[in-house]
This record gives sequence, structure tokens and C-alpha cells, in this order.
Amino acid sequence: MPAPYDKNDDSVVVIIGSGAGGGTLGTQLALKGIDTVILEAGSRHETWDFINDEWDSFSQLAWKDKRLTSGDWRVAKDFPNLPAWIVKAVGGSSVHWAGASLRFQEHEFKTKTHYGEIEGATLLDWPIDLEEMEPWYAMAEDRMGVTRTNGIPGLPGNNNFKVLEAGARKIGYKEVHTGRMAINSEPRDGRASCLQIGFCFQGCKSGAKWSTLVAEIPKGEATGKLEVRPDCQVLRIEHNDEGRVTGVVYADKEGREQRQKARIVCVAGNSIESPRLLLNSHSSKFPDGLANSSGEVGRNYMRHTTGSVYAIFDKPVHMYRGTTMAGIVRDEAKHDTSRGFAGGYEFETLSLGLPFMAAFLDPGKWGRDFASAMDGYRNMAGIWIVGEDMPRAENRVTLSDETDDFGMPIPDVHFDDHPNDNAMRQHAYTQGSAIYDAVGAVRTIHTPPYPSTHNLGTNRMSEKARDGVVNRYGQTHDIDNLFVSDGSQFTTGAAENPTLTIVALALRQADHIAGRMSSGEI
Amino acid sequence: MTSLTRPTRRGFLKVGSGLLAMTITPAGTVVGRAWAQMPRSTKPETFATLVQMSRDCYPHDQLEDRYYAKAVDILDEAARASEEELNLLEEGVAALDQSAQDAHGVDYAAIENEADRVALLEAIADEPFKQKVRSNLVVGLYNQKELWPIFGYEGASADKGGYIDRGFDDIAWL
Repeated sequence: MPAPYDKNDDSVVVIIGSGAGGGTLGTQLALKGIDTVILEAGSRHETWDFINDEWDSFSQLAWKDKRLTSGDWRVAKDFPNLPAWIVKAVGGSSVHWAGASLRFQEHEFKTKTHYGEIEGATLLDWPIDLEEMEPWYAMAEDRMGVTRTNGIPGLPGNNNFKVLEAGARKIGYKEVHTGRMAINSEPRDGRASCLQIGFCFQGCKSGAKWSTLVAEIPKGEATGKLEVRPDCQVLRIEHNDEGRVTGVVYADKEGREQRQKARIVCVAGNSIESPRLLLNSHSSKFPDGLANSSGEVGRNYMRHTTGSVYAIFDKPVHMYRGTTMAGIVRDEAKHDTSRGFAGGYEFETLSLGLPFMAAFLDPGKWGRDFASAMDGYRNMAGIWIVGEDMPRAENRVTLSDETDDFGMPIPDVHFDDHPNDNAMRQHAYTQGSAIYDAVGAVRTIHTPPYPSTHNLGTNRMSEKARDGVVNRYGQTHDIDNLFVSDGSQFTTGAAENPTLTIVALALRQADHIAGRMSSGEI
Repeated sequence: MTSLTRPTRRGFLKVGSGLLAMTITPAGTVVGRAWAQMPRSTKPETFATLVQMSRDCYPHDQLEDRYYAKAVDILDEAARASEEELNLLEEGVAALDQSAQDAHGVDYAAIENEADRVALLEAIADEPFKQKVRSNLVVGLYNQKELWPIFGYEGASADKGGYIDRGFDDIAWL
């Protein structure tokens, strides 16, 4: 059957979410000839619709539906209804991401083994390892056109990178370059090369940046085997008496409830929505929600240990010009407890435009000290800290008593920093300042974490069913035709930006699903 | 204006369709600049005080008052539709003026020393009125495209072909 599919067609694979996980999985299944429907809560905006303006773009793309927050993280105070800066649109947060594509390190798949017991953390080894993931990483890198892989040259360094590079080398860092970026440094895969526009977060207007919107979904749709249905928010997943899922109920653009039957359901709504949906799909058979016999759905929410260092110099930098994140220092990514914490972190170039700098540099601050920092905007350079944070059972997504327009409980995101997170962040702030001081910074500013872009771990992968929600293929331990296909599968977060690993896992999962379907197991 | 030429006294006059911000300089001359904004819900004195208060929240000496006035106009506009919003502003300014009178014998906007004004703002930092005026500026001030060049921010670039031929890597002082 070619797309579009009938809502009563119970032979289709239904994927909830069209981002890095869902968009890749849906495309790969379609390429394998499998009938697939992606239900996307957001609208479809194409490349030419994107806006080079931070607030206007935020209005266009961001997931702005109300969420609640709790815990000691500063986001809960400054942005109590915006725990995450992610996207509600076809392509999901792959429209917003900056393109940094790094493989996990070997030890990061086995943190319990390498870090040992850490009080207050729920560390667990992934049931898979780097060796097993390497071919999938290779496939993902080729597919996404990651620079510094497959013979693809690195991107040229912009002003922000040059400042970082000079400072980092001065203080002895060795692994400093313009990153492994899923942004074309030369034309590839029918897409143009980077024009150094500088609005990577706002949806790339040159098409150089890989996203499922521009680089996957069109290929899936071209097979006639993929239907992407935008403006459809899934409210619950349904199951039969045997406990196998049978389809989903969603609210369409007009807010009417619709039911799409399915042979297999894959949840890929990012780490807040995915557990929200599983928890909301409770029934008399599964009173705690679907796939939640372990009680782990929603737990171990991770967001990376982040923060920014902005430095002001006495001469212009214009950091906002050019590729936002094409600059990295990897020397601190190792696991070396002599620094006072487990795990490691990356430094990556980052810039905000003036409007977002005002909102995020030091939220809530006012007065001459703050204003003088803003006065230094033209002479500013900036980096982002991306480090491994500790999973914690009580850092979790739960359903609140408040409901949205469709009567679905809105999620509460609770997060307390672990002492290891704080120690790592402090180390990174100190090292970040040292980088810029080495090249003459007049002033450095330690910016607290933004609303989370890396949301991970709330349906984690585990060897044993009691320790997590999904198995080594993202298949839920409890229900064999229910999968999780986004970053919520992550057992632990590693120091690397998650998208490459999400894509690699999705490609691997597509293989698994196709195999089990053809053998008739699911 | 730089801190050396900061006004010693400010006053405000309604003129035509706008407000005139008058500054009496140390030399005794009176200079003025008209704003496009005309308060339609708040009293002119209230509006003018909100402008001064906004500058004191985010003091950029290189910015003329009209940028702050444009931000305050957002508050004034909201107050047109909501009596609650209007009361928050009018009562907030009245209370601020009262504390200024108690401490310095003049209204808030007439206090000459910035630090003295800021001290009064710090005393009400967590109150809804102060939070309202400050938070309004985050977008109301810094998202004004006309002031971006003053800070060295160039805004949209895709329509100009990006920065690939326009200085993305032009740093020369490293």
C-alpha cells in the first residue's frame, strides 16, 4: 500500500515524532519497503520558511506548550514553564541542533564499570558497547555528511573559533579543531555547502545542515512508503487484552480525536514527551503506564552538565558570524578523576544574538554590571560546556494535575544537580576562563545552563527488565511491538552531543524491526 | 551620552503627539528630545518615571531615552486593556516616588545620583512592579532592531548571503 495510509490500516508502523530518532527511523523503514506513518505534533515549516531572528524563530519552531519544573536547577527559577529549548515541528529538534556529531567513547557505554558506585547516582552499563555501535556510527556519519569523516573536509573556522583555538592552544590543549559537524563543508547529498549564516539554531536557511526535515524525510516520502502527518499530537497508545499495542489516539489539527491503528508503535517524542505519553497511556492492565513494570519510565532524566563562558575583549570578535558550533576542544572529554569528578566534558563554540544574550547571559540580573557586559557584545567570544551528568532516580518526568488543551496531563520536569555535575561545571568554568584569559580577555562571564536542549534517559536501555524500560534495540521490555526511538533510551549521557548516537541507534533499530517483521515475530 | 554629561535634572513635557524629555545640563541650558511615544493610559509623569527606571535597570549610556520609551510603551499599551496592569504601574510609581521623597525629598526621576535611584530599585527588586518593568525590557529593549547596530549585532544574514564573503573569519588582532 502506498502512502497516505488509512487510519484503520493495522499493518503500518506508527512512529510518534519526526526528529533525529523518529525521522531517521521512519525514513529507513520506508527505504526498506515498510509502510510507515509518522505522527508529528508540530507543523511543517520548510527551509525557506525559517526566520533569521531569534524571537520570531522561537515563536515559529519551539515547543512552547506549558510544562512545569521543580528541583534545585536554576532553570526552574528563571524559566519555570520552559525546562527545554526544543522544537515542535516536522524534523523535531534536528531543525534546531547545531550539528556537532561525536561518537561516544568506549568507557561511556560502561560507566558503572568505569566510574564505580557514585552515591546519589543510578549509573548503569549500557547493554551495548562501542564496538557493536561502530558500524552504525559509520553509517550515520556517512548519511549525515559529518565533516572529518568519509574524507569530508572540516568547516572553516570563524572568528569565535579562532579566539577559542588561540586560547586553548596557549594553555596547552591539543585536540582543538572545527569539529565533526553534520553541516556540509562542500556540496553533498543534493544539499549546498555552508554559507556561514550564523543562525544554525533557527533552522538552516542554506540547507547545509543535516536535519530529518531536509535530509531524511523527503527520501522516505519519495519511496511512497512514508506518510508524515503534521499537527497531530498523540494522546495515548492503546493495547489489546494480550497487552500488545494496537494503535494510538491523537488530536488532529482541529483538535478532534482520531485513532490510527498500528502493527508496531515507536515512541520518539524526545525525553519529556516520550515518558509523558507512556505514563498517560495507563490502563487497568497497566495502571502505572505502558512499559513501566520497572517503574523506570520518566526516571533518570539527564540534560548534560552545561554552562557557557563568554569572554569580552578590547577588540571586536563578532562571534555570531558563521557556523555557531564549528569549534571544539576535546582534551577534557576523558574520564580522569584527578580533576575531582567522574566523566568528562567538551568545549564547543557557541554564540547567541543580542536578543537571546539579554535573556540568557544571566537571567533576571539587572544593573550596570549586567548592562556593561551587554555593551561588550561586539567584542565577545563564547563557548558551551557539554559534559556527562549523573543519572538520578528522582530526576524525573511525571504527570502533573494540570492538563493541556486536549485534556492530557502536562509534564513536570524535576532536576537536582548531582555534586559531580557541580564539580564538573566549576572545573569547566575555570578552564574556560583560562582559555580566554590566555588571549587577553578583559572579563569572563560564567553563564548558567540554558533550558535543556539535550534531554535524555527517561526510558533507559538496560540488560535486565527491572533496571530500565527498553532492551538493547530500544524495544520495551514489557511489550514486544512497542519501541522507544529517541534519546530517552540513553542509559547514560556521555560527554558528547547526543544526535549522532540517536541516529545510529535509529538505523540499527530499523534493521531490527525489519528483521523481526519479516520473521513474523512482531 | 557619557556619564560626564549625564543630566543633572530631568523634566518631561507633553508636546503635540509625544513627550519631550528635557534635560537641564550643569551649564544651565535646557535640551530636549521628543519621543514618538505618547502615553495613552499611564500619566505622562508615570510614563517618564518608567523610562528613567528602565534606564536604571539596564543603563546603556550610549542609548538615547527613546529606546527605553519604546520599551515602556509596551507596558503602557498593555495597561490600556487592563485596569489591573494600569494600577500596577501607577501604584508602583507612586510608591517609588514616595520612597524617593522619604529618602531624598524629591521624586524618583529627579534624584540626581544613579546609585541612589538604584538603591531604591534594589529595595523593591522582588516586587511584581519592579519585576514587570525589568522583565519587559529583556525583549522590549534588546529586541529593538534599531539598536542592534549600536551593540555591534548585525541581525539577519541569510538575505545577504551569510557571512561567507562578509567577514566570518576576519579577526586580525589575535
